[in-house]
Amino acid sequence: MNDTASTPASTAQEWPLWEIFVRPKAGLDHKHCGSLHAPDAKMAVQLAREVYTRRQEGTSVWVVKSSDITASDPGDKGMLFDPMEDKVYRHPTFYELPDSVNHM
Amino acid sequence: MYTQAMDTGPKEERKAVRSAEEAQLEERFEARIDEGAFIEAKDWMPEHYRKTLVRQISQHAHSEIVGMLPEGNWVTRAPTLKRKAILLAKIQDEGGHGLYLYAAAETLGTSRDQMIAALHGGRAKYSSIFNYPTLSWADIGVIGWLVDGAAIMNQVPLTRCSYAPYARAMVRICREESFHQRQGFDALLVMMRDGTDAQREMVQDAVNRWWWPSLMMFGPPDGESTHSTQSMRWGIKRISNDDLRQKFVDATVEQAKVLGVTMPDPLLKWNAERGHHDFGPIAWDEFWQVVGGHGPCNKERLAARVKAWEDGAWVREAAMAHARKQALKEQAA
Repeated sequence: MNDTASTPASTAQEWPLWEIFVRPKAGLDHKHCGSLHAPDAKMAVQLAREVYTRRQEGTSVWVVKSSDITASDPGDKGMLFDPMEDKVYRHPTFYELPDSVNHM
Repeated sequence: MYTQAMDTGPKEERKAVRSAEEAQLEERFEARIDEGAFIEAKDWMPEHYRKTLVRQISQHAHSEIVGMLPEGNWVTRAPTLKRKAILLAKIQDEGGHGLYLYAAAETLGTSRDQMIAALHGGRAKYSSIFNYPTLSWADIGVIGWLVDGAAIMNQVPLTRCSYAPYARAMVRICREESFHQRQGFDALLVMMRDGTDAQREMVQDAVNRWWWPSLMMFGPPDGESTHSTQSMRWGIKRISNDDLRQKFVDATVEQAKVLGVTMPDPLLKWNAERGHHDFGPIAWDEFWQVVGGHGPCNKERLAARVKAWEDGAWVREAAMAHARKQALKEQAA
């Protein structure tokens, strides 16, 4: 997922990279399943069908240019996500209720 | 399909001098490997880990793509429409597997063009098994049964590889690969059960030719495998070459009985003490010959890849030119 560390110089001739999201069936989210090179969005959809849904893995496809995705920096992982660690009161299990109403 | 050639690249020297910061990062990395954590593309990793993976994943990708060639040889001559449809689906899968793997390698900062240039320039290897010719229709069945069978044994442990994008690609590949082996066995079973004597002989002949190269797919013996120790340490490799090879022999001997064929190895026999089959010595000279570029089809395979790439250049350029023109049109509107 837009993981390429830096764009090497020799990619000048390459088709752009696209990230592919597939919805397995109605009612479920689109899920990232990989990437591929395609000249434009229309071709990216066509190629995604060939590469990622050969066995009915999907009913819908999203394609997004990798360069259009902004991702959080792995170095910020602690700063961004650790503060939630001590907020246990955000979970239902934090509250102990009398047995008679504990299925609430 | 799969490659053993990943173990046969040149050995890189590890940098001796490291900065204090790098040493600390490496320590943290090693600790994560020890606790069985996955490494994602943007996580810090030692340069040697990155290089090892680029080599292994790209060679694996090349193997899938080159592996389409020996099978493509039989598409127009498949015995029935059903077998032709199956073979086409299988070859399309191999192409897909190559693409998953190229994409996984690209997450490490190498480009598709660099990898393809390395293959075409002879600097990157692919599995030497694809340098053998497919002489009869039975070869297609035997490739499914033995070659894909060996591939599955090699690949299943890779779904637990420490590098997550590679592991994810391998999960997808393994899910699809099982059909490859089963269709091969099924095709052979039909020839053995319902075929003529000539067809049965054809199957045995194909087994005779593919058995040893299939065993070589697991790579050199553990003692001679250049990258094994470090790859095991890093969780890139989980089971040793010799252990996987033994597992493959034990599994296929039983399958051969169902089929009614024999393996071309007079020393192959059950060893009750070890609980495994013993088998004869492998001709490693031949293996190194083929890896070194002197197999029966090395030149032909590489030439076919280079030709496909060069003949397709105008299509790639035209598609890009069309995309640019459409984008400009949209801007103007």
